[in-house]
Amino acid sequence: MDAVIEILKGLDYSPLYVSLKTGIVATIFSFFLGLFAARKVIKAGPKVKAIADGILTLPMVLPPTAAGFFLLLLFSRRRPFGILLYEEFGIKVVQAWAGCIIAATVIAFPLMYRNARAAFEQIDVNLIHAARTLGMPEYKIFWKVAVPSAGPGLVAGTILTFARALGEYGATSMLAGNIPGKTGTISQRIAMVIQDGDYMTAGIWVVIIMLVAFVLIFLMNLVTGRNMKNIRRW
Amino acid sequence: MSMEVKIHKKLGEYELDVYWKSKKKRIGILGASGSGKSLTLKSIAGIEHPDKGYIRIGEHILYDSDSGTCLKPQKRNVGYMFQNYALFPAMTVAQNVGAGLSGDKKKKQEQVEKMIRHFHLEGLEKRLPRELSGGQQQRVALARIMAYEPSVILLDEPFSALDVFLKDRLQQEMMELLSDYDGTVILVSHSRDEIYRFSEELLVIDDGKQICYGDTKEIFDHPKKVEAARLTGCKNIVPAERLDAHHVRIPDWGTCLHLKQMIDVDITHIGLRAHEFIPVWGEREDNCIPVKVKGKAEFPFEWKYFLKGETEESDDICWYVQKTLWAELEEKGIPDYLKLPEKEILLLK
Repeated sequence: MDAVIEILKGLDYSPLYVSLKTGIVATIFSFFLGLFAARKVIKAGPKVKAIADGILTLPMVLPPTAAGFFLLLLFSRRRPFGILLYEEFGIKVVQAWAGCIIAATVIAFPLMYRNARAAFEQIDVNLIHAARTLGMPEYKIFWKVAVPSAGPGLVAGTILTFARALGEYGATSMLAGNIPGKTGTISQRIAMVIQDGDYMTAGIWVVIIMLVAFVLIFLMNLVTGRNMKNIRRW
Repeated sequence: MSMEVKIHKKLGEYELDVYWKSKKKRIGILGASGSGKSLTLKSIAGIEHPDKGYIRIGEHILYDSDSGTCLKPQKRNVGYMFQNYALFPAMTVAQNVGAGLSGDKKKKQEQVEKMIRHFHLEGLEKRLPRELSGGQQQRVALARIMAYEPSVILLDEPFSALDVFLKDRLQQEMMELLSDYDGTVILVSHSRDEIYRFSEELLVIDDGKQICYGDTKEIFDHPKKVEAARLTGCKNIVPAERLDAHHVRIPDWGTCLHLKQMIDVDITHIGLRAHEFIPVWGEREDNCIPVKVKGKAEFPFEWKYFLKGETEESDDICWYVQKTLWAELEEKGIPDYLKLPEKEILLLK
């Protein structure tokens, strides 16, 4: 027990902050992007729908390292887009925190998108028609009618997205690297200390991330609990 | 306000074609499920788009395929009440009622309060739709539409989701609530009772085809067409062969009718509503058909007989007997003949 306390005292907690920051920011990005993409895909014709759906779901099906490969191709500072970002806007993605966010967002986004789409598709379409005949503008219909009606599905999607973003490893390690205090997330730290054979520290991090995940999901359910009232038990 | 609607729409094999022009304020659309009633309403509201035609309300052109006009539902000022009311589940009653209002907050608030009072929703403002009864939900849906002050209100089978007890009361209530509404109301229903009670003019459609348009009572009294007779509730419709201007043969019933009125050349069927038969015991009179009982169903205020005509293949003859005749029937037994009163015979094309 003393050994554990000793390790806890001497522990570098930066992976916790990096993971939380990354998870939260990536979830926010994924949330809005997912909603937006879901809305667009629902509106599209069957052909566009099939193609768009395939592309948007791809990051979930691909191995994260393959996604990391594409991201590296895009953002590397030896390639046009990466050069442009760095020289024009001073944005560094590779080996930087922005890389963590982008990697986590890309990997977690399909979960948000798919859940949002399923939730939107199950809305009673008469609600939308009724809102239109009442003269409500489209943006208002989306935020005041569609999103609350799809509430439970969106909450589920957000939780899954956050869980996925929090634990992202493969693409993050390729794009952002493992720089302590900057891009070193908990999952990367666990992998690193395991390689050193330090099972005690790895175990502590595993417990920490489990607690974090549990508490956050619990909080999210609590906050959105009001919308969940629409669901009946059965 | 006058209204002129001409809609043509093709959906695969199915084709919808309707046209009417009216100055009346209460219009009914009668048809079976899938006949195109809802599609017609949705086209007026702008939820569906016809292939061809035009929709004009007063001076307002909502849709015109020739000029390429097609207003968004938001711009049509047409209220639509859905069968399931489509109340926004995450909004309270007050928020639902105010959903279509925009602009000044105070005015909005006043309008919502006015509607809440008018539709007897006091005390329910903070409730969610699922915490309301069917009747209350319907009032909220109507209040939400009326708050928005539309020039036309479309009611899509508004009573079909309600149980029988509520139906009658809510129909009455709806009529009262709509009585001081100045715009046009179109009611779509498959229930002839609802339509008869509500509408001044009536459109009858069957499988996308317009059967007739005209004065409601006139159509119920003289349907003229087979489909119109069937949809207005005529149970006995049989093929007829015109012999001359005053005689028509009914093969299914093995009889020949002699009518004082002129029979048009293109008459193909005759119809008689199920409660119009007159029972005859003993001697056969003019315009009588011999019948044998096949089945009987007893209802609280009515007996329904299903009788066999001359040929085996012919459809059953339906005869509904009101309570006042029960005693006579019990005493004398099943009549030998049923007489068709000439006044009630529907000559159909």
